[in-house]
Amino acid sequence: MQSQLPLFPEQASNFAGSIDALMFYILVTAVFFAVTVTLVVLYFAVKFRRTDEKEIGTPIHGSTTLEVAWTILPLILALVMFAWGASIYVNYRQPPADTLDIYVIGKQWMWKLQQPDGRREINELHIPVNRNVKLIMASEDVIHDFFVPAFRVKMDVVPGRYTTLWFRPTKTGRYHFFCSQYCGTNHAIMGGWVTVMEPADYAAWLSGEQADINPAAAGEKLFAQFACSSCHLLTGKGRGPSLMGVYGSKVLLADGSTVLADEAYIRESILNPKAKIVAGYQPLMPTFQGQVSEDQILSLTAYIKSLQVQTAPAAPAAAAPDTGKK
Amino acid sequence: MNATATKPEAFPEKHYVNAEYGIRSWLLTTDHKRIALLYLVSVTGFFFIGGIFAALIRIHLLTPAGYLVTPETYNKLFTMHGVAMIFFFLIPAIPAVLGNFLIPLMIGAKDLAFPRINLLSWYLYMIGGGLVLFSFLSGGLDTGWTFYTPLSSVYSNSAVAPAVLGIFINGFSSILTGLNFLVTIHTMRAPGMTWFRMPMFVWTHYATSIIMILGTPVVATTLALAGMERLFHLGFFNPALGGDPVLFQHLFWFYSHPAVYIMILPAMGVISEIITTFARKPLFGYKVMTAASLAIAVVGFLVWTHHMFVAGQSTYAALAFSLLTMLVAVPSAVKTFNWTATMYKGSVSYDTPMLYAFGFIGLFLIGGLTGLFLGTLGTDIHIHDTMFVVAHFHYIMVGGAVFGYMGGLHLWWPKISGRMYPEFVARISAIVLFVGFNMTFFPQFVMGYIGMPRRYHTYPPEFQVLNVLSTAGASILAIGYIVPIFYLLWSIRHGAIAGRNPWPSTGLEWQTASPPPTENFAVTPEVTWEAYDFDNRPDLGLARAADRGHK
Repeated sequence: MQSQLPLFPEQASNFAGSIDALMFYILVTAVFFAVTVTLVVLYFAVKFRRTDEKEIGTPIHGSTTLEVAWTILPLILALVMFAWGASIYVNYRQPPADTLDIYVIGKQWMWKLQQPDGRREINELHIPVNRNVKLIMASEDVIHDFFVPAFRVKMDVVPGRYTTLWFRPTKTGRYHFFCSQYCGTNHAIMGGWVTVMEPADYAAWLSGEQADINPAAAGEKLFAQFACSSCHLLTGKGRGPSLMGVYGSKVLLADGSTVLADEAYIRESILNPKAKIVAGYQPLMPTFQGQVSEDQILSLTAYIKSLQVQTAPAAPAAAAPDTGKK
Repeated sequence: MNATATKPEAFPEKHYVNAEYGIRSWLLTTDHKRIALLYLVSVTGFFFIGGIFAALIRIHLLTPAGYLVTPETYNKLFTMHGVAMIFFFLIPAIPAVLGNFLIPLMIGAKDLAFPRINLLSWYLYMIGGGLVLFSFLSGGLDTGWTFYTPLSSVYSNSAVAPAVLGIFINGFSSILTGLNFLVTIHTMRAPGMTWFRMPMFVWTHYATSIIMILGTPVVATTLALAGMERLFHLGFFNPALGGDPVLFQHLFWFYSHPAVYIMILPAMGVISEIITTFARKPLFGYKVMTAASLAIAVVGFLVWTHHMFVAGQSTYAALAFSLLTMLVAVPSAVKTFNWTATMYKGSVSYDTPMLYAFGFIGLFLIGGLTGLFLGTLGTDIHIHDTMFVVAHFHYIMVGGAVFGYMGGLHLWWPKISGRMYPEFVARISAIVLFVGFNMTFFPQFVMGYIGMPRRYHTYPPEFQVLNVLSTAGASILAIGYIVPIFYLLWSIRHGAIAGRNPWPSTGLEWQTASPPPTENFAVTPEVTWEAYDFDNRPDLGLARAADRGHK
C-alpha cells in the first residue's frame, strides 16, 4: 500500500485537513525566510568578498528602520500562527457531546480498548466512519501516548488521571496507531491498528462475536462486591450520597463549591474520597487506592453513569462531556 | 602601515602552557586558561563517548526490525547519548572552554573573579561526569535524558540513582561558572571597557550565566526528588504514592527549556565575533543584539510548558505558553537578520571560522523555523514526540551550538595554541560537517511528519528509506568530527606561528601574545575604542579600500 518513500501521511480524520493547512502556512513562511536569508547571505558573501588583504568594510552600525521592520514582521507572522493553531487546539481539547466513548488503558507495553457495549480489544480499535469518537484514557503504570498519524492527533495517557482524545474518522481503512511517549523497553512495539469501518460493517462487527459483559453490568457487580452499595443507597438514606443521577450533574460540596460529576470526579472519589466531600455527608469513606484496578474503575464509572433517573429527559448524560478541565 | 600585523612574530618564550610543568601544575592550577584546557579535554572526551552511542543508534536503525542491539540496549544508547551530550558536552562546551579562556582576556582582566572556584567547577564537573559514567557502566541508563516519572522513579531497572546524583553535582559546576562570569563581568573590566564596548561574546555569556544561576538549581532539585522517590519511596511524582507525574515535567522543563539557550546563546556570541572579524565590520545593531540576548534569557524562562501541549495540561496554560513561545522566536529572528546585514558592504573572507558561521546561519534558520511548527498548538498535536522533534533540536543543538563551538575553536585556536591550523583541510572538514549534518537530520523531519515516533528501536517498513539516508549522512558527519581532532593536534607542533592577531580582529584578546602569558596582559590595557571599530584601529594595519564601485 505504502510507497517506498512516502512524504505525506494519509488524511483520515476531521483534524487532518486543518492541521495540514496550518502546517502548509508555516512551511511557506519558513521556506520563504530560509531561502531569502540564505540567498542574501550568499549574495553578500560573493558580492562583498575580500579582494585586498588589507581591506576593511564600510562602517555601518545599524538601521533602526530596518531593525524595527524585521522585528515586527516576524512577530505578526508568528501571531497568525499562534491564533490559527490555538483555534485548532481548542477544538481538539473540547469533544462534542455526541461521542462514541471508547475506554482505553495503556500499560507496559500494550493497549486495552473497550467498546461501549463492553467488547474488548487489544492493540486494535474498530470504529465507524464519520462518527465522533472519544477515547477516555488511563494508564496502569507509566506515561504513554496514543498517537494516530493519519488522524494527526495524539494525547498523553497519564497514570493517576484521565485524559481524553476525540476525533472523527473521515475515511475507512486501517491506520497505524503508536505509543508516542517513551515508556520503557518495548515502547516501540506498543502500537496497533485503528480500523475505520462503514457503520453497517461496524454494527456487524460488533454483533459478530459474543460481546464481553457490558461494563455497566460489570460495574454493578463490583459495586456490590466492594460494598459500595452498603453506604451509597439509591434511596439517598445511606451514610453516603445516593449516586442516582449524579453523573453529569453539579454536586454541591461541603466547602460550598460545586463540581461537575464527570469521569475524573468519580475516579477521584473512589481513589481519594476525602478530596471532595459532598455537602451534608461525613468523610467516612475509605480510599480504594491499590484495591481497584483501572479496568474496575472504568466499570464502576460506567455503572454510575447508567444510574440516571428514567423519567427525566436523558439530557444530563449527553451534556456532560469531559472538557479536559484539569 | 603597522609592522606588527605583517611581519612574522616569534613564538613567545614564556606563556601559560609552559609557565609550569608537571601534572600537579595542571590539576591544581587556578589559571582560567589552563582550566579551559582541562575542560577542553574533558568535554571532548564526553563528546566522543556520546558520539559512539549516536553511531550505534544510527547503525541499529538501518533496518525496520533493528539491526544491532536489543530493545533494552537501544533505549540505553539513546538515553546515554542524550545525557552525555547535553549535560556534559553541550551545556559546558562553549562557556567552560571558550568562555573560561576568553572572558578575562576580552575584558582585560588577569583572571576570573574567583579562580579557585573556577577550578572547583571543573572538579564538580568531573565528579558528576564520573558518576554518570559509573551509571553507564553499572547497568546503564534507560529513562531517556528527560527522566520522565514514574518511569525513572519507579519502573526503570537501570542505574538511575548514580546518574541523577552525577547530574545534580554537575549542576553546581554550572551554577558556579555562571556566578564566576557574572561577578567577573561586573567588577573586573579594564579601564575604558564600558558595558557597551564589550564584545557580543561577553554579552551572550552574561545572559547565559543568568540562566545558569536561576535555572540549574531547579533541575538539580527536581532530579534529586526523582532520585529520592526511587530510593526512599517518597511520593513526589508517583500517583500511587499521591504524587503528580506531570509536576515533574513542569519542573524539569522549567530548567531544560532555558538550557537550550545555555547552549545556543554562547554560540550566538561566537558567531557575532566570527562575522565581524571576517567581514571586518561593526556588528549591525549592536545594542539590539544585546537586548535580544537578554530578552532570550528572560522570555526563555516563560515557555517551558510548550513541551507539554499534549500532556493533559489545561487548555488555557497551553494557549498562554504557545503565545510566549512565539514571542521568543522574535529575538532569534532579529539576530539572524542582523548577522546577515553585518556582511553588507563588508570585506568578506572565507576562512574556516566564517564557513562555520555560514553553516550556523543556515542550520539555525532551519532549526529555528521548524520550532514554529512545534510552538504552534495545532501542528504540535501531530508532530509532538515524533522524529520531527529530534530533527528540530539537533538543528538547534548541533547546527547551532556545535557549529558555533567548532567555529569558535578555529577562530581562537591561534590564541589558545599560538599556532595556525591547516586552513585547506579545515575548510574541507567544515563543508563535510555541513553536508553530513543535513543528510543525517533533514530526513528526520519528514520521518516525523509521516508519523514515526521518537525513541523507537523498531519501526514500520515505510520509514526505512529515510532512516537509511539518515544513517548514511551520519557516517559523513562522523568524518567531519574526527578530522579536526587530527589536524588541530598536528598544528600544536607543526602549525605556522600565529602571532598576536592573525586575522586580524579588534578584540582585546588579540592584543596580547599567542599563547598569552599567565597574567594575560603585561600591562593592564586601556580601552579607547568601541567594539568592532575597524575604522578607528590603525594598529591593525588595515584600511578602508577605495570605493569598489558597489552601491
